[in-house]
Amino acid sequence: MERSLKPSDLTEIPHQILEEAVRAGIEKDDSKRAGTLMHVDRETIYTKINEKFRNQIEFMDVKDAIKKYPWVDDYRWKIVDRDKDEYTRKVAEDFSGGYFIHVKENADITFPLQACLMMAQKEIEQKIYNIIIVDEGANVNIISTCVQHSRAKKASHLGITEYFLKKDSYLNFTMVHSWSEDTFVRPRSAAVLDDGAVFISNYLSLRPAKDVQMYPVAYCNGKSSKASINSILYGHTNTKLDIGSAAILNGPESAADMTSRAISRNGSEMILRGRIEAHDPTARGHLECKGLLLDEKSFIHSIPELIASKGGAELSHEASVGKISDKEISYLMTRRMSEEDAISMIIRGFMDVGILGLPSQLEKEVDRVIDLTADAS
Amino acid sequence: MYILRAENFGVRIGNRWILKDIDFRLKRSQIYVLFGPNGSGKTTIISAIAGLPGYEVEGKIFFDDKDITDLEIDERANLGISVAFQYPPEITGVKLEAILKRCLDKDPEDDFSESEMQMIESFKLAEFLNRDINVGFSGGERKRAEMLQMFFLRSELLLLDEPDSGVDVDTLKLMGEQLQKYIDDNEATALIVTHQGGILEYMDPKYACVLFDSSLQCFADPNRIAKELRQCGYQCCIQCNRKVTRPWNDH
Ligand SMILES: Nc1ncnc2c1ncn2[C@@H]1O[C@H](COP(=O)(O)OP(=O)(O)OP(=O)(O)O)[C@@H](O)[C@H]1O
Ligand SMILES: [Mg+2]
Repeated sequence: MERSLKPSDLTEIPHQILEEAVRAGIEKDDSKRAGTLMHVDRETIYTKINEKFRNQIEFMDVKDAIKKYPWVDDYRWKIVDRDKDEYTRKVAEDFSGGYFIHVKENADITFPLQACLMMAQKEIEQKIYNIIIVDEGANVNIISTCVQHSRAKKASHLGITEYFLKKDSYLNFTMVHSWSEDTFVRPRSAAVLDDGAVFISNYLSLRPAKDVQMYPVAYCNGKSSKASINSILYGHTNTKLDIGSAAILNGPESAADMTSRAISRNGSEMILRGRIEAHDPTARGHLECKGLLLDEKSFIHSIPELIASKGGAELSHEASVGKISDKEISYLMTRRMSEEDAISMIIRGFMDVGILGLPSQLEKEVDRVIDLTADAS
Repeated sequence: MYILRAENFGVRIGNRWILKDIDFRLKRSQIYVLFGPNGSGKTTIISAIAGLPGYEVEGKIFFDDKDITDLEIDERANLGISVAFQYPPEITGVKLEAILKRCLDKDPEDDFSESEMQMIESFKLAEFLNRDINVGFSGGERKRAEMLQMFFLRSELLLLDEPDSGVDVDTLKLMGEQLQKYIDDNEATALIVTHQGGILEYMDPKYACVLFDSSLQCFADPNRIAKELRQCGYQCCIQCNRKVTRPWNDH
């Protein structure tokens, strides 16, 4: 069987594949992870669950999960509409796989789970379907990395993800995108939150891409459910990003906050959307978006939207777009920094991981990812 | 030997001359106090010496006899000129710790030495190390952070723009004593802009001047000038007959 040929250790993965994954933030030493899954092109080539957590999580290719558990069908396409657009329809018709993550009731997964979706072939159209279910009272941190191998050049990635957060669960999900200049990307995802669930969603995109458009939605249906959606975006070399997120606050005392930092340089065009809808009088939400333009060729259009259908809901936003401040540069130069060093310190500061809702141990790791990917550009 | 010389020095912002035709010299190992009404150009003079953008400068400035008129900010900083800003900017995501390490010429991974840590603690800034520089700092906290950065830079010429404005009495004492000690230990020179002169009580400055009407108008003992200003304001100071035509140059 093909299964037995699969590597049983990350070190058995072809070197050129593993190195690219590591460059985008995958931890090589998977004993530091609760589990690892790698999907390359159209195949899941590696799955491993840390012994410590074997009874608490299920982590496998989604196709295997569908075969193994008929009930998975009760979740599929429940919150993302399969007829939403041509991309959802394409993935609904045919997909190569993706990850299935099921965190069992009251499980406390103290190590992060990691998944890597890679495109290594030229001109590939990768179609992925992921599903994440966090049962009642469980908590977990997941790092999902989408990488394009440097030899793949032109490619497109369509990815659907559905997240289900049961009562009082906690999911901290960090997605890292690492594309290249000729990549077309269409993720479609949605999350649904039951009573007391907390969803922290962090998105990092620091390398160039041709065209990325996404607009994930979090439905805070449960009482006191809370979504925190953050992003750090670095657009350069003609990258077109149309990125936003929406939170729909249906539950009593549900809450959402969205924070984003976007840097646009060297001909990059960015549309930054954010939308919070409150349909309960006790809901509250805050949206913050800061954009930094580094040159005359770049462009940022910020579109914050607040919608309240019930009196009493509290929604607010702050948005700013501007260029890097001369006063800040001069200030740092009086501290013996060259102009170049001062600018990179300000940019690096602007991409502060502190805005992401990360546990402190993960914060360091994500900081390292930002260093890695920002340096590479 | 003068640490700083300005000749036919003038500064223009847009098409307005803020300072015109000034000559002055600063000696090594001295403390100079600069008084002047709001808007007279004190911050302008400091900014022009440091090379900050937005100022058209005429004439020449020499640091240690080297012409620095056309040098960049960091080149001047590297020669040994540092500034404590009246209004330092807030920089999101840039930590005080990171800047202090750059001032000390350390790598981000390097730790502070014991004596550096002591200095940070005496300025009551240990808890601020991981804060974004100046973001949410109170007025006095900013002033403390400015002075500490300056000490870590180990400069020879310290330009302090209102280091004592809005600062509590204990901090005044700390700043005044530390500054005096720094000057004595390093044979450095300080040019201190002050309105109330609070910091001077803990220091021993020799020279003072009043910037008024685009030029430097008086020269006398700082404590006397401070007293006179308190009594009758700038108008009367300007009429005082101790005015000299070439201030700061007769020593
Ligand atoms: N960027 C600028 N554009 C226009 N005018 C300016 C600018 N910067 C300074 N000025 C003007 O130059 C003059 C001198 O300003 P400066 O800040 O040097 O005064 P100051 O003596 O430091 O005052 P204060 O005691 O209030 O700090 C003022 O009239 C001020 O309005
Ligand atoms: Mg001033």
